[in-house]
Amino acid sequence: MTNTEAILRSVSWNLTKYFSLILVSFTALLPLVSIVITAFKTPEEYRTTNVMTPPQSWLNFENFTFVWEKAGMGLAFFNSGVVLVAVLCGSIMISSMLAFVLNRIKFPGNGLVRNLFLFASLVPAVAMQVTVYQIMYTLNLINSLSGYIILLLGTDVISIYIFMQFFENLPVSLDESAILDGCTLFGVFFKILLPLLKPAIITCMILKGVSTYNEYYMANMYLQDKTRLQVVSTSLYTFTGPMGNQYNYICAGVLVTMIPALIIFILCQKQIYSGLAQGAVKG
Amino acid sequence: MKSERSVKSLRPKLSIKQQIMSMRGQRIIITVAFMLVPLLLLFLFTYLPFFKMGQFSLYEMRYIGKRTFVGLQNYADVFSRNDVFGSLKLSLYYLAASFIQLALALYLAATLSFKVKGGAFFKGTIFFPYLVCGIAIGFIFKFFFTRGFVLDTVLGYLGANLEILPYWLRDTGVNNIMLAATSIWRYLGQNMVLFIGAIMSVDPSLYEAANIDGASGWNKFRHITLPGIQSIVVLNMILSISGSISAFEPPFVITNGTFGTATYFVMMNSLAHEKQKVGLASAMAVVLMLIIVLVTLFQRFVSSTFLEEDKNGYTFSERRAMKKRADARGGRGV
Repeated sequence: MTNTEAILRSVSWNLTKYFSLILVSFTALLPLVSIVITAFKTPEEYRTTNVMTPPQSWLNFENFTFVWEKAGMGLAFFNSGVVLVAVLCGSIMISSMLAFVLNRIKFPGNGLVRNLFLFASLVPAVAMQVTVYQIMYTLNLINSLSGYIILLLGTDVISIYIFMQFFENLPVSLDESAILDGCTLFGVFFKILLPLLKPAIITCMILKGVSTYNEYYMANMYLQDKTRLQVVSTSLYTFTGPMGNQYNYICAGVLVTMIPALIIFILCQKQIYSGLAQGAVKG
Repeated sequence: MKSERSVKSLRPKLSIKQQIMSMRGQRIIITVAFMLVPLLLLFLFTYLPFFKMGQFSLYEMRYIGKRTFVGLQNYADVFSRNDVFGSLKLSLYYLAASFIQLALALYLAATLSFKVKGGAFFKGTIFFPYLVCGIAIGFIFKFFFTRGFVLDTVLGYLGANLEILPYWLRDTGVNNIMLAATSIWRYLGQNMVLFIGAIMSVDPSLYEAANIDGASGWNKFRHITLPGIQSIVVLNMILSISGSISAFEPPFVITNGTFGTATYFVMMNSLAHEKQKVGLASAMAVVLMLIIVLVTLFQRFVSSTFLEEDKNGYTFSERRAMKKRADARGGRGV
């Protein structure tokens, strides 16, 4: 290979590389950019201008205030906050304790329990809802925030895997020396291991947090009383029906719900990426 | 007197408190206490619904009210009703989409794993759609595909005439393709991040050695990167089979299954919760779960035979290469 040929090659590769990256990023951004543009348009502008024409004023927040009132987003954010705190605390406690037992204690049935959870991770949630609905109805858990929280805790397998994996890498000698020093098994878990689980807890909080915040299917089905129990995701249902084509409002609503996810993403990019990579090695 | 007491205390019979404090006692208590709640939840929301589903699938019933036992009629319906069985064909669109997605994710991951100007920006932009709520995605793409809106405008800039463009979500020739494409939009970045993670765990000294030998980028990809992440790629390929059969969100949030976009799950969902044909929907769910279990068993078989190291530490390709060499030597003993 001559020198010019090599240079030509690297130039053309660089061109292809950046061209393809820009093209894919453009496609990823286009739908999002279009809703940002529309969210700032007045109803009049929305009717008369093309969707990709920028709004006259980027400071027109009328759509946002309208949507905040109309969709009851204050309440929605409050409810989502309650659900998030409860689900995250619950799921971290439940999964870390379960992972501790499965990883550190040999008992008959250990393998069976692992397999029971493995199978549960294969089952698509939507398929389950055909009969879960009836169970929720029997237990009187429909239209209650705590029912919804319990359901989210009950269908959580990913956190268990994150903790199981983390325990694999915590040396057993830690537990043993603590026990020799007279620590109880409870003490080993709560005083020695739990503080060391911090990275796994953060991963779990981010992944579980995002999926809980975005969950809408079960919320729509089990939190039917929308005036009292709506969460952020289901507040968007306000815009179906008669408001279905007033996109200046809809886009503002969509944008409001996306902001928390965007902030978390910007702050915790690294943890999100590595958390996903960890979660994927399961099974 | 004194000696008698000490003999007594040496006996293995311990008080209840001592039994609890013994290591064995602690283990039993912790095992039971820590597993009680998760197992109860697992039973309540996975296994109980699962058995109920098997039971319901034998009845003609609504959620509330009287049930009629119909035997296997619901299963016969799953396979004979054109609308139900035909909806399985739609999964081919999603299967094709997931293979395109895997290829694209692999390309992007291979590119972004090495130094690229603005790499973090590209990675973040491509990844962000994964964090958008499903219901918001529904609105975003209803808006995106509406006649004369975002997609039509952009195609107009590129010189396309609005007259010749189809109604993206209504025209049955294109609507399923568009829905499958939104699924690529949403999951491409997540897929890419997984692959980047896998590429990062490939031994960097291999690349250094390749650089010294002057290997081209393609050769490095073909001979170092690809073998290093082979198992996660194959895993994702197989998972995309069950993923595409259970495709649900794009049609559910964007078209709600109208204009011939109802996939198997969308159909099942509306049969269960709108039409309240709970028996038929349960039978559909059972059939789908059987498919998923089969696919998973197949995936486990593939990974254990071809991808993982056997007990001697050899992979499938190494064993094959050894066998070839042995055959060439005419060795019979291996």
